[in-house]
Amino acid sequence: MAYKFDFGAIVPHWELLVDGMILTTELTVIGAVVGVGLGIMGAWARASRAPVISQIVGVYVELIRNTPFLVQLFFIFFGLPALGVKLSEFQAAVLAMIVNLGAYSTEIIRAGILAIPQGQIEAAQSLAMNRVQIFRYVVLLPALKKIWPALSSQIVIVMLGSSVCSQIAAEELTFGANYIQAINFRAFEVYFVVTGLYLAMSILLRMGLKVLGNFLFERRRHV
Amino acid sequence: MSLVELHAIHKSFGALEVLKGIDLSIDEGQVIALIGKSGSGKSTLLRTINGLEAIDDGVIMVGGKKISERDTDLLALRLQVGMVFQQFNLFPHYTALENVMLSPQVVKKQSKPEAREIAEEMLTKVGLADKMMHYPDQLSGGQQQRVAIARALAMKPKVLLCDEVTSALDPELVNEVLAVVRQLAEEGMTLVMVTHEMRFAREVCDKLVFMHQGRIHETGDPEEVFANPKTPELSSFVGGLA
Repeated sequence: MAYKFDFGAIVPHWELLVDGMILTTELTVIGAVVGVGLGIMGAWARASRAPVISQIVGVYVELIRNTPFLVQLFFIFFGLPALGVKLSEFQAAVLAMIVNLGAYSTEIIRAGILAIPQGQIEAAQSLAMNRVQIFRYVVLLPALKKIWPALSSQIVIVMLGSSVCSQIAAEELTFGANYIQAINFRAFEVYFVVTGLYLAMSILLRMGLKVLGNFLFERRRHV
Repeated sequence: MSLVELHAIHKSFGALEVLKGIDLSIDEGQVIALIGKSGSGKSTLLRTINGLEAIDDGVIMVGGKKISERDTDLLALRLQVGMVFQQFNLFPHYTALENVMLSPQVVKKQSKPEAREIAEEMLTKVGLADKMMHYPDQLSGGQQQRVAIARALAMKPKVLLCDEVTSALDPELVNEVLAVVRQLAEEGMTLVMVTHEMRFAREVCDKLVFMHQGRIHETGDPEEVFANPKTPELSSFVGGLA
């Protein structure tokens, strides 16, 4: 007997999906903002001449980039309580996303920093600017501009990766989907719809990041 | 007293010794040309004067004070010694005006109107009053270099270092930049320039320093040096150019 599709079976549970999308969005926004901030600091440390700090950041980057996100999440949520650090599902999920994006964006932003011509930095040095001033006014914005497409992709990857947070019962979109199909056994319909929702969120996120990039890097006269 | 004094400066890149004991004093208002073949160490010497190249041995004194490798000393040195580069090195994300205003604002903590006034004055001085709102990629090479000069001048340095400031320019743009440098020299600005413009050096400079294999090989009044080179190396260098 052929399977009879019944997308109507999802309708009574629509609020779960909406709540899930809201939580996914929250995780992504916080994770992206703090994670990219962490990446900027990490990239600066990696590009700086302080070898110890650079190496510590290097170890962090390699540790995160060479282990699965799920394991990182489990470690934070199930492992850290052994050290007395007990986090809620949401806190653990957002921390895992920050730590993960922080590592990837460190490497992406570092590439942007390395692409700044040395002459720009020498010119700034010759104008008696200190390292912090050079980074802030001369290096950061042109560096971010160079790597913005790559960084945008990484943020989308992290948003999609947040689905894994359902495994610690963070009630994001995939958690909602799992829950609904456990009640009505409509796995095809539920995951079909959720796939569409993720797709829509990804496209919106990419568009949003493009608009943000245009805003950040457009030629605006400051005086 | 000299503005800047270099004593027994040594500098190596790996096994290659580029500067083999340089002594040079730069007096206020002096215009010095560093000439020599490529690889003779003239650009490296220029870059040691504002600490872009750390020296291995020797002493740099600015205003009678010894400069150490510490960051605070380097920043103090660079407040006195400005620099203009072969490749202009303007900041691409700022307009000409913003390029000139940036350092007075963030380093000298000048207010925006104050920095703007100085920047406009300097850009007018280099003949770019009508290009202030242009971005570097909207300017010709000669215009970019003049913005770079204005940017250095806005910090009111006591000495301006010029590292082959016309070498990256199309021939027809060289003169507009040299005219600005000449004007600065006439106004009494202390200048040290690495240059291949021998006629310009002869006309504008007070002192010619010929470098050869990491040493100051011959030095003196430009007219004198060009007319009667004492060493065969300078003789062949000058002859090779003629």
